[in-house]
Amino acid sequence: MLAYVARRLLGAIPTLAVIVTLSFVLTRLAPGGPFDEEQALAPEIRANLEAAYDLDQPVAIQFGRYLAGLLHGDFGPSYKFRDFTVTELIASGLPVSLTIGAAAIILAIALGIPAGIWAALRQHRLADRMVMSLAVAGISVPVFVVAPFLALVFGIWLRWLPVAGWTAGRPGDLVLPVVTLALPVIAYLARLTRGSLLEVLRAPWIRAARARGLAPRRILLAHALPAALLPVVSFLGPAVAAVLTGSLVVETIFGLPGMGRHLVQGALNRDYTLVMGMVIVYAALMIALNLAADLAYAWLDPRIRRERRL
Amino acid sequence: MSGLLELRGVTVKYTLTGGSRRRELTAVDDVSFTLQSGEMLGLVGESGCGKSTLGRAILRLVPLSAGEVHWQGRRIDRLRRKEFRGLRRELQLVFQDPNACLDPRMTIVESVAEPLRSSEPGLPRAQRIARATALLDEVGLDSELSDRYPHQASGGQLQRAGIARALILDPRLVVCDEPVSALDVSVQGQIVNLLARIRRERGLASLFISHNLAVVAGLCERVMVMYLGRIVEIAPRAALLPAPLHPYSRMLLDSVPRISPAARRRPVAVPVATDPDAPVAGCAFAARCPHVIAHCRSELPPLQARPDGRLVACHRAAEWPGGLPPATA
Amino acid sequence: MNGRGGLWRDALLRLAANRVACASLAILMLMIVAAIVGPLLLDYRQDEIDWAHMAVPPLTAEGHWLGTDRLGRDLLVRTLHGLRVSMGIAMLATLVSLAIGVSWGAVAGYLRGRTDALMMRVVDVLYALPQVFFVIILTVVFGRSPATLLVAIGAFGWLTMARIVRGQALALREREFVEAAIVGGAGTARIVTRHIIPNLLGPVIVYATLTVPQVILVESFLSFLGIGIQEPLASLGNLIADGAVEMETASWMLLVPASCLVLVVFCFNFLGDGLRDALDPRDH
Ligand SMILES: Nc1ncnc2c1ncn2[C@@H]1O[C@H](COP(=O)(O)OP(=O)(O)O)[C@@H](O)[C@H]1O
Ligand SMILES: [Mg+2]
Repeated sequence: MLAYVARRLLGAIPTLAVIVTLSFVLTRLAPGGPFDEEQALAPEIRANLEAAYDLDQPVAIQFGRYLAGLLHGDFGPSYKFRDFTVTELIASGLPVSLTIGAAAIILAIALGIPAGIWAALRQHRLADRMVMSLAVAGISVPVFVVAPFLALVFGIWLRWLPVAGWTAGRPGDLVLPVVTLALPVIAYLARLTRGSLLEVLRAPWIRAARARGLAPRRILLAHALPAALLPVVSFLGPAVAAVLTGSLVVETIFGLPGMGRHLVQGALNRDYTLVMGMVIVYAALMIALNLAADLAYAWLDPRIRRERRL
Repeated sequence: MSGLLELRGVTVKYTLTGGSRRRELTAVDDVSFTLQSGEMLGLVGESGCGKSTLGRAILRLVPLSAGEVHWQGRRIDRLRRKEFRGLRRELQLVFQDPNACLDPRMTIVESVAEPLRSSEPGLPRAQRIARATALLDEVGLDSELSDRYPHQASGGQLQRAGIARALILDPRLVVCDEPVSALDVSVQGQIVNLLARIRRERGLASLFISHNLAVVAGLCERVMVMYLGRIVEIAPRAALLPAPLHPYSRMLLDSVPRISPAARRRPVAVPVATDPDAPVAGCAFAARCPHVIAHCRSELPPLQARPDGRLVACHRAAEWPGGLPPATA
Repeated sequence: MNGRGGLWRDALLRLAANRVACASLAILMLMIVAAIVGPLLLDYRQDEIDWAHMAVPPLTAEGHWLGTDRLGRDLLVRTLHGLRVSMGIAMLATLVSLAIGVSWGAVAGYLRGRTDALMMRVVDVLYALPQVFFVIILTVVFGRSPATLLVAIGAFGWLTMARIVRGQALALREREFVEAAIVGGAGTARIVTRHIIPNLLGPVIVYATLTVPQVILVESFLSFLGIGIQEPLASLGNLIADGAVEMETASWMLLVPASCLVLVVFCFNFLGDGLRDALDPRDH
């Protein structure tokens, strides 16, 4: 198991390296420099600016310096927010994004898995059909439709919740963003849990347990569920990716000062260093959380665990 | 005496990929025999012993690692692909799994007619179909089935189609690779009878492969017994059945009438991948042989002819010139 | 009975028996036709401002069936234009990924061995990248034109297709009917065109159908954020973004393009599922 963890950790490094290199190369491929849009920049000032941002150096040296900076947690200066470094922007946005992301995942697990179990136990009945129709809707309707729609219904028509804003410590602000992010994950989890539980319940060893006269509740809790939830765990990686991508929309719509909004702002301003830094952080987050989900899976799966130990 | 088909020292090795070391599996090992024109020769052995591989090697579906294949006195295993394609019409194959050997996206009659495209490129489609339909009729497939797709027909019906496809080019040799073992027992007999009839009417030569000695013995005058890639005995049916010379042949014969669960559960010998640099010595059957002696484990017995013409690969065969008696268990 | 290509006709019959899939197909056809010819038949151009009717709700002003936006532009016309742009990009991007994915996967699956391993390694690495974020980088670097969007989305879209095709090609090569064709004297060209490709086609069609809505979603997502299709060009994404800004006073501006998008995505998904069921002869 330890060797497996080590191998997976090492395997993540090249992926991250590819991401950093590719985003660096892509931004340097850009036609024109970042200061082209600023009109009538005196040549000296322009030269000064470019020197300050290392743009007068050969690309290899720029890349070397950038990498060296990254290792110290320095993502370089922002081209457009002259008063902030990218690192400062990340530091201010990350806690917001992580808060809503984590809350959304927890909410999704708390609702999606029980909904899936409920539907499976009532297969073909009304409850099952309802849960599954909602799940299909939840999967098909994109976040950028759900978000304004929820804001319209609960914020504007019903006036129950604030539509936008971020006041530290006011949990009401978080309800709509978190629910929006959680909805598709809830839908996926419910569908996955239902399918996997139904499959397990049909398995011969569960039928054998029934034949031995074990109580249905005990069969479900002690035997069927642990087996059925295993594939669900492996979905957590993609779920994290969905939540992080969705946070771009949610932060923009609900006006949350998270990383996603910085990224979108950076993209609109063509602020290369900011976009690059944000993408690297997002990618690192995804890889790390994906890895965590995979390791959890490996740890929970008795077959893999045994194999790794040998 | 050179026959229709002659194999000399044919060896086929599979290279197993995956894992860090290159490993080899010798599926067919130094096989030699001659098949006469019009003869039906049986090949019998356990699953995995290399029967299909041998059949596929003759048809050049797998490359030879060593040895030679001669067709009517001409060496054909070195021919270039183009040259070999001319021979395709003479050498045909009936597959084991009739469900898998027909393209699911073609009707049965289209599949049967397909070989005519390359053998007679000028033939109009209507005539190809007509020839195929006539042949399907000959093998006893309902004409209404010929326009159906494979998934709409049963295994026995598909195997009739598979046989028709093998026959449409009017070949001189058909390799039948376990043509009945994927079928229901009730249908097996019909297909065996069909093959016997076709053979009688057309005078085809055939290499008939099966893991079931009873099926082979019912059809073929001469039988080869294969064990882990090697031929251990070749004998006329009339001599083999009452008096097998190789202990493995005896074992196969003993297991024929009893299709008891115990007999089915008997361990099956499958070839193991070996390090190409460290060959194993001795008779492969030694581990299961009731008559094994020390010599068997150190030296490989060659396939040798006895004075009466029977061939056997066993160090001790001379000790039972009248054949091995059934095991008393 | 069944002539040539009868299996496709059978599949079509099975599809015809699937009501949801048929309805989806009909709706999609209708929407495509409407997106192409609709704007020509209607009285307003997409950027034409009707000073007398600004932000009117649906069905209240003559000629503006679905109302207007805050600039007095006809919402039906704009939505149809948006549909045209979104579907156009989605279909082109799907074609791009189809072309790359099928050739990449078929070559890898056919050649097997080292080449296959190397080619699939490339796919794995690209797969591990956070795709949406790279599309964002590409739009930042190369500007926010529809062409950039098309290339950026197409550049990632082919990965799954390549995997599917490779898996199919590998499996097909092992299938006995390919060997049977060789024994029957067929050459490589004939085997590929008559046996491999027809058997590949089903899954490819199904997956392509399911790729279109995914591309629509990515494009709309980017356009919604302002980094995709730019005003005055309409796309479903930027119409929804506009609507979201105005939803307090003009909720129809959000609801019209949003329902249109959801409807398109649903229909493509249902159609894809229906095709999957219809094209698999084994299940019936
Ligand atoms: N393509 C292949 N690659 C590697 N090993 C193979 C391949 N085909 C067959 N084998 C192995 O070669 C041996 C002989 O197989 P086969 O000729 O199919 O036996 P039989 O037809 O007698 O059952 C088996 O152990 C099988 O696993
Ligand atoms: Mg076989």
